[in-house]
Amino acid sequence: MRGHALERGGEPMSRPASELLRIATAGSVDDGKSTLIGRLLHDTKSILEDQLEHVAQTSERRGDGYLNLALLTDGLRAEREQGITIDVAYRYFQTGSAATLEQAPATLEAAFKSGRKFIIADTPGHEQYTRNMVTGASTADLSIVLVDARRGVSEQTRRHAFIASLLRIPHLVVAVNKMDLVDYSEQAFDEIVAEVTDWATRLEIADIVFIPISALQGDNVVERSASMPWYQGPSLLYHLEHVVIATDRAMSDVRFPVQWVIRPMSDEHHDYRGYAGQMAAGVLRPGSEVVVLPSGRRTRVRSIDSYDGELDVAFPTMSVTLRLEDEIDISRGDMIVDAEELPTVAREIEAMVCWMSEEPMRPGGRYVVHHTTRSAKAIVDRLEYRVDVNTLERDLDAPQLALNEIGRVHLRTSTPLLVDPYARNRATGSFILIDESTNDTVGAGMIRSGR
Amino acid sequence: MSVQVSDETHAHYELSHLQTLEAESIFIMREVAAQFERPVLLFSGGKDSIVLMRLAEKAFRPGRFPFPVMHVDTGHNFPEVIEFRDRLVEQLGERLIVASVQDSIDAGRVREETGPRASRNRLQTTTLLDAIAQHGFDAAFGGARRDEERARAKERVFSFRDDFGQWDPKQQRPELWSLYNGRIRRGEHVRIFPISNWTELDVWQYIAQEQLEVPSIYYAHTRQVFARDGMLYAVNQHIELIDGEAPFEASVRYRTVGDMTCTGAVRSSATTLTEVVTEIAATRVTERGETRADDRVSEAAMEDRKREGYF
Repeated sequence: MRGHALERGGEPMSRPASELLRIATAGSVDDGKSTLIGRLLHDTKSILEDQLEHVAQTSERRGDGYLNLALLTDGLRAEREQGITIDVAYRYFQTGSAATLEQAPATLEAAFKSGRKFIIADTPGHEQYTRNMVTGASTADLSIVLVDARRGVSEQTRRHAFIASLLRIPHLVVAVNKMDLVDYSEQAFDEIVAEVTDWATRLEIADIVFIPISALQGDNVVERSASMPWYQGPSLLYHLEHVVIATDRAMSDVRFPVQWVIRPMSDEHHDYRGYAGQMAAGVLRPGSEVVVLPSGRRTRVRSIDSYDGELDVAFPTMSVTLRLEDEIDISRGDMIVDAEELPTVAREIEAMVCWMSEEPMRPGGRYVVHHTTRSAKAIVDRLEYRVDVNTLERDLDAPQLALNEIGRVHLRTSTPLLVDPYARNRATGSFILIDESTNDTVGAGMIRSGR
Repeated sequence: MSVQVSDETHAHYELSHLQTLEAESIFIMREVAAQFERPVLLFSGGKDSIVLMRLAEKAFRPGRFPFPVMHVDTGHNFPEVIEFRDRLVEQLGERLIVASVQDSIDAGRVREETGPRASRNRLQTTTLLDAIAQHGFDAAFGGARRDEERARAKERVFSFRDDFGQWDPKQQRPELWSLYNGRIRRGEHVRIFPISNWTELDVWQYIAQEQLEVPSIYYAHTRQVFARDGMLYAVNQHIELIDGEAPFEASVRYRTVGDMTCTGAVRSSATTLTEVVTEIAATRVTERGETRADDRVSEAAMEDRKREGYF
């Protein structure tokens, strides 16, 4: 039953049905973060009646005295009991969906029609949850940093902006909230814009947009506000729907970490040998000249296979299977790259590391490093400095990295890793550290350089 | 040959949200195959695990699945679903393991609940954990999604279980980028949720796109039902009627597939995929809120069951 009206398979659709935008937010209850998310969900009709009823009943029982939308995302018993966000929660919404239509959609196409789909990683904002913030930010296309218009730029604002820049989130939105409480003052907004802009020059942020909002009143969240005629920019939701993310993907320098080798050895596919993985960067086509690392052997792509047939092209973040012209010994952890721009084959790595364990990281510490599809043992050679996430000051004498601390670290690995700077490629520039005695993930690293 | 891509052609290299989700799920499944020695795919016959089966085909064909498929059979399943299960596994040529709650009861591992509200929902956990231990499985794929339920919204894709099969929501491993940590000790295992980021509508859109067959009970059919706690239940041999509950005939369909004892039907006349999807797209109630009694036990019913080792 192939050939259904909906397009599928091989060629990328020239106009995709919709895109996925991953958003990270961070903040505490006081910022109005939950109110903002609640409003985005509510106004895009993404909160269903039983969920809303549940929130209403629970708010009532707890005596909150208002519809506590934080209950939507604070899903764990401990979070609800203590009224705090402990862990990352993921929420999903979409715009232009059938749910927002007046009448039930008449066709499949109409039912599936949507603008964009959004995943919000909602993380706690306090310093003690920096690791959760880093986790939520690691996959985000866009980060929303909330600033209270009355209080101006706080330590928390600076920390969030720093983490967004450290994790290379391509787009940053500074939502200046509670504008209703400063009489929608343009001057109050301008002062915050100036202060953040000044601070941001010390960070590497590609795209920063300021939007004055009132999450509570709904100003500039979904609709442009009539209360701030001096503001000419888009509403927050409009910005989320239209920010261009396609160009964020790394399209030059082919990077294909081999994940799994498909060798059926069945009668039908006796000689089949395919290298399965996800395109981390670049564009491949049948015939593309490639190099296999670490062996350095050169060959060409014979075919790009998928369940739906052979493909003409592969690009991020497609999961495909490659067959090559020559028989080369390739296994998981190897990388297929283009013949010109090679990653660094590195046993020494310099990286920014966010520490995530109660047990501090000290020079001399031994861990397992997990990078792309490759694992190795790693030793911490030295800690260059620790960053104060609030002031950006570097402490060159720091003896260790404790939980939630971030610093510049030198690592040595038992086998070479195939690395790029994180700034160039998030997929081949990131790693995690694992404590072998507990098997816990204890550190997250962003590579500056390798050799 | 370095491929130069100008901004103009970038537009061509875009994936739809469903293609993005599919690629992520395939990556997760392959990662499990590579990192674990004995994975298993938990298959309920419901729409989410049907999607998992297709994703496994996409991840591993032309090879076979590098793991068996396992169904925890409560003995209270809809017959249509069991029939569908057997047919699908046969078609795919994969291995099916059936772990039976009845066997757990017969062996004295669990005790059957009694009374009109008796359900084997909770008993499944013991059967599941016993089967995982017996076969030495170190990873188990499930079709849970984060949009389903508030405890699930907090759960990792690689969700660690201790040697008692328990989930500790406060001790979850950080999960960054697409770097999944599958390291465990003997006796522990990891639950894997490849479609964590899919919504109910995404699942249906994928079923439509892939032309996947689903059990007939997902479509409207005429059935003897009775009303209890604001839900409609199928009249069946596993559930006792309480005084005042009167069976009647209605056109219904199921939004989720669970036991006959705890899964409610919704009134519907949607007999085609298009009609089902348009109905869901316009619905104002969540699937679990509308059809699952097992989530109504308490405010944190799912969290509590998950802690014990539930799916």
